[in-house]
Amino acid sequence: MRDLLRSSSEGGGFVPPSSGDFELPPIFGDNVYTTKPIALVFLSVILISAFFIISSRKAAVVPSKLQFAGESVYTFVRNDLAKDVIGHDFLRFVPYLFTLFTFILVNNLFGIIPLLQFPTMSRVSFPYILALTVYLVFHYVGIRKQGAIKYFKEIMFMPGVPKAAYILITPLEILTFFLVRPLTLSLRLFANMFAGHLLLLVFILGGEHLLQGVIGLKLISPFAFAIGIVLTFFEFMVQCLQAYIFTLLAALYIAGALADEH
Amino acid sequence: MQFVNLAAEEKINPLIPHTAELIVGAIAFTLLFLTLRKFVVPMFEKAYTDRTNAIQGGMERAEKAQLEAQRALVQYNDQLSKAREEAQTLREEARVQGAAIIEDLRAKAQDEAARITATAHASIEAERQQAIASLRNEVGTLAVELASKIVGEALDDQARQSRVVDRFLEDLEKSK
Repeated sequence: MRDLLRSSSEGGGFVPPSSGDFELPPIFGDNVYTTKPIALVFLSVILISAFFIISSRKAAVVPSKLQFAGESVYTFVRNDLAKDVIGHDFLRFVPYLFTLFTFILVNNLFGIIPLLQFPTMSRVSFPYILALTVYLVFHYVGIRKQGAIKYFKEIMFMPGVPKAAYILITPLEILTFFLVRPLTLSLRLFANMFAGHLLLLVFILGGEHLLQGVIGLKLISPFAFAIGIVLTFFEFMVQCLQAYIFTLLAALYIAGALADEH
Repeated sequence: MQFVNLAAEEKINPLIPHTAELIVGAIAFTLLFLTLRKFVVPMFEKAYTDRTNAIQGGMERAEKAQLEAQRALVQYNDQLSKAREEAQTLREEARVQGAAIIEDLRAKAQDEAARITATAHASIEAERQQAIASLRNEVGTLAVELASKIVGEALDDQARQSRVVDRFLEDLEKSK
């Protein structure tokens, strides 16, 4: 609908998709809480909760297919992410990491699920919020584990480094811990989803536009669609990977805060 | 639609977050976190523990069974060797006993044989004496009768009679 409107308003010339395509209007009137991304976020919460509650309800020793599916995801986060990275005392971070992974994964996958087709994480607000939780969690854990003074002291003055090097290292470390980490974490996720969606838009909308052109252009449009389909598979990979990376880094930061020495 | 066009014209910076989305994101994430922590994680952990216990229990049971089997085997082997030894001892004993019995029987038989021989000798001797005595009487009477018939005189004198018989017998024995 949007694209039709646009092409009509622009008078036929192809307008490449831009950041404006991510600014979706509210579904109901002017209420900013009824936009598509917000609806998708709530949908993801409902879907994830429902799936895992149903699949874990029986908690049988010999799992059903459904339980096995749910447990596979849980086991992946629990063992391959939490246990391997955090090690001792990892269990109390499993719920958080599990939520992080499933939440990001499902919202990413919305980008290629037919009809939904919008990666929620391409709205920068959500990665910001998630990165903020990571930021709060790992600093909180570090302070709880080592005491505020020791924790911040070790960040600023890394042990085992010659004193002169502090001139260089201290600002870098402070920057890393308090600015770079949360920023890269959120921007990596956001940029991947944003760019991926934009890429899909270019090829799909481009193909559509070619289809409306002269006969020669019509013949080219299937290639554009084909590339769009290939990119959809590629996007699937990127979406899974980004969910994994985000959770892995969160686990690494927590592990770092828990470690006695950095 | 105006919203879109306006936005597109304003050159939106995609890095600026929306307040509504920030709030929703925080609420949604918290909601999901609480739900998963309360309902899902404990159940999966329970399944984990149950499974671990089941596997561990099974392995422990198997180990115990194996140990028991091993013990039983040792016991049986022990019993078997003991039984063999016992059988060996019994055989040996039986052999010795058999030999003793045979020896005993042989001795007894010899004794018996000797006894029987002795009794036989004794009874033969007695019968011989008896026969001698009765012969002596009968031969005496017959001889006296014969002699008295021949001589014609009655030899009623007992003393003479016996004297004549004795002499006759002596002659008889000498001639033999």
